[in-house]
Amino acid sequence: MLKKILTLLLILIPINANALIEVDITRGNLNPLPLAVSPLSIDEESRKGFEKILKKENIGAEISNIVENNLRTSGLFNPLDKKAFLQAPDIANLKPRFEDWNLIKAQALITGKVNYVDDKLRVEFRLWDVLAAKEMMALAFTTVPNNWRRVGHIISDKVYERLTGEKGYFDTRIIYVSEEGPKTQRIKKLAIMDQDGANNKFLTLGNELVLTPRFNPASQMVTYLSYFKNMPRVYLLDIETGTQEVVGDFPGMTFAPRFSPDGKKIIMSFAKDGKSDIYTMDLENRIVEKITNHPSIDTSPSYSPDGKYITFNSDRSGYQQIYVMKNDGTDVKRISFGNGLYGTPVWSPRGDLIAFTKLHKGKFYIGVMRTDGSGERLLTENYYQEAPSWSPNGRVLIFYRETKTNSKGEGFSAKLWSIDLTGYNERQIKTPTDASDPSWSSLLSN
Amino acid sequence: MRLNKIFKNTLLVLAACLVLSACATKKEVATDIQGQMQGDVYTGTDTVEYLAEGVPDRVFFATNESILTTASRETLRAQAAWLRKNPNINVVLEGHADERGTREYNLALGERRANAAKDYLMTYGISSDRITVLSYGKERPVDSGSNPLAWSKNRRSVTVKAN
Repeated sequence: MLKKILTLLLILIPINANALIEVDITRGNLNPLPLAVSPLSIDEESRKGFEKILKKENIGAEISNIVENNLRTSGLFNPLDKKAFLQAPDIANLKPRFEDWNLIKAQALITGKVNYVDDKLRVEFRLWDVLAAKEMMALAFTTVPNNWRRVGHIISDKVYERLTGEKGYFDTRIIYVSEEGPKTQRIKKLAIMDQDGANNKFLTLGNELVLTPRFNPASQMVTYLSYFKNMPRVYLLDIETGTQEVVGDFPGMTFAPRFSPDGKKIIMSFAKDGKSDIYTMDLENRIVEKITNHPSIDTSPSYSPDGKYITFNSDRSGYQQIYVMKNDGTDVKRISFGNGLYGTPVWSPRGDLIAFTKLHKGKFYIGVMRTDGSGERLLTENYYQEAPSWSPNGRVLIFYRETKTNSKGEGFSAKLWSIDLTGYNERQIKTPTDASDPSWSSLLSN
Repeated sequence: MRLNKIFKNTLLVLAACLVLSACATKKEVATDIQGQMQGDVYTGTDTVEYLAEGVPDRVFFATNESILTTASRETLRAQAAWLRKNPNINVVLEGHADERGTREYNLALGERRANAAKDYLMTYGISSDRITVLSYGKERPVDSGSNPLAWSKNRRSVTVKAN
């Protein structure tokens, strides 16, 4: 299904002008760049065509709303109020009157046009530097009309990349666990949605407990833990076909699965006789390898992006700490030495940092440290939160947070949140039900 | 052994009654926490059910620990005696953790706790063939409270009849 969606034509129109605007991504949202997202213009015939197929009155305006929302939630941009715009969308796309946009303090301007051509959706957009009065980028896409939301996300990614110098993360999906019912008997289902919460879909029915879904690098497969037949085992799920299989044939609980960065292996824990060790299984030849061998609990393994190292969680020192080892299990080094307990290490897709959960004096923190354990930085503190997952560009973390119940045991909730690496821009991601264990896909249109 | 079992769309499977222990009677939250905890191990009887007269079904643990207390050993000896008297009964030991830990570590901790109970039953002559270990981590608390007493009730290994 994803492959089909990816039949998205991308035509590059020549780019001129040097960027004068630059957004410093490392500084957080203290000073978001003011920009104007002019609604994509649309002729009457195309408007009617899309209204018929997509049941949206003005698809041009809808797509620019997606772009505006993405840029705002990134915390790096401040999309200005459309009511203040002086120039009509179609004219602005031909040649913006920069004085008008300057007047409302926009530093960048996004314009564009939507057409209905041969049953396809054709979108072109331009990014303008208002102060320099120059075009920074112009691109056009042709795709099936149903892909209109993705077009909005791709435009957002292109703008983000042009203005920050780094890849975006908007054309992505989140897989997570949907939760309902009382805390003592939660019903859990796998669910998937676009990064902005749209297109939510349940992948399991809730008949068995499911936990910790994680995407493969191509974002077409998911590995997760299921209590099917009351036997907690790691499973592999093909999102398109719904086909599932048990990973390996272990005489006990397997859990904490993740894919290797090349997608060829699953790394996970296997618990036996009170000990949990880390194993890998090659998905092609089904060969199982034992990576750690210690009487402690070794779990939550995560590969470095080059596949050469593994970070994991172990209580071999007496309490939960974070370790790094070579991918064959040798050269094990403890890297967390601060106060408190450390869990759920996840290697950044950029390779430079490890995100983690820390428990200290009754509070839970999401933090990051360098891969040698230095430079620990705590991004957010709460009653309960854990399980960070990186955006594909390594700039944002998504995690889940649970609330404290009152003295009657009421008031429990679990929600997804995201926070920038800077520690700014913390946001809740709306889900139709309570939610936990989020995992971020890679960029779909790469 | 390497052959994987393929379950095509097996999601439409009967809802399983996962936790037998969840029907425990709930009384009002006790006012005297001291009377119900020793250290941070639960010593009360609120949530306890009985496999037979004088045979409690569960043992409790300290935070992050899987060591059996004196009271836990006594409970397990009673369970072992009952199992010896009933050689046709098999059991599942369900290990649990409280909500104050990361999910994956808690799954391992629940498994370690249930195994501590299993090892003790085995030293009292119960064959490992009769015992299955199943960890629920923090997924199936008996008390939904966010307080030390509730957490102490949730750190447990529960012996459940399997047949």
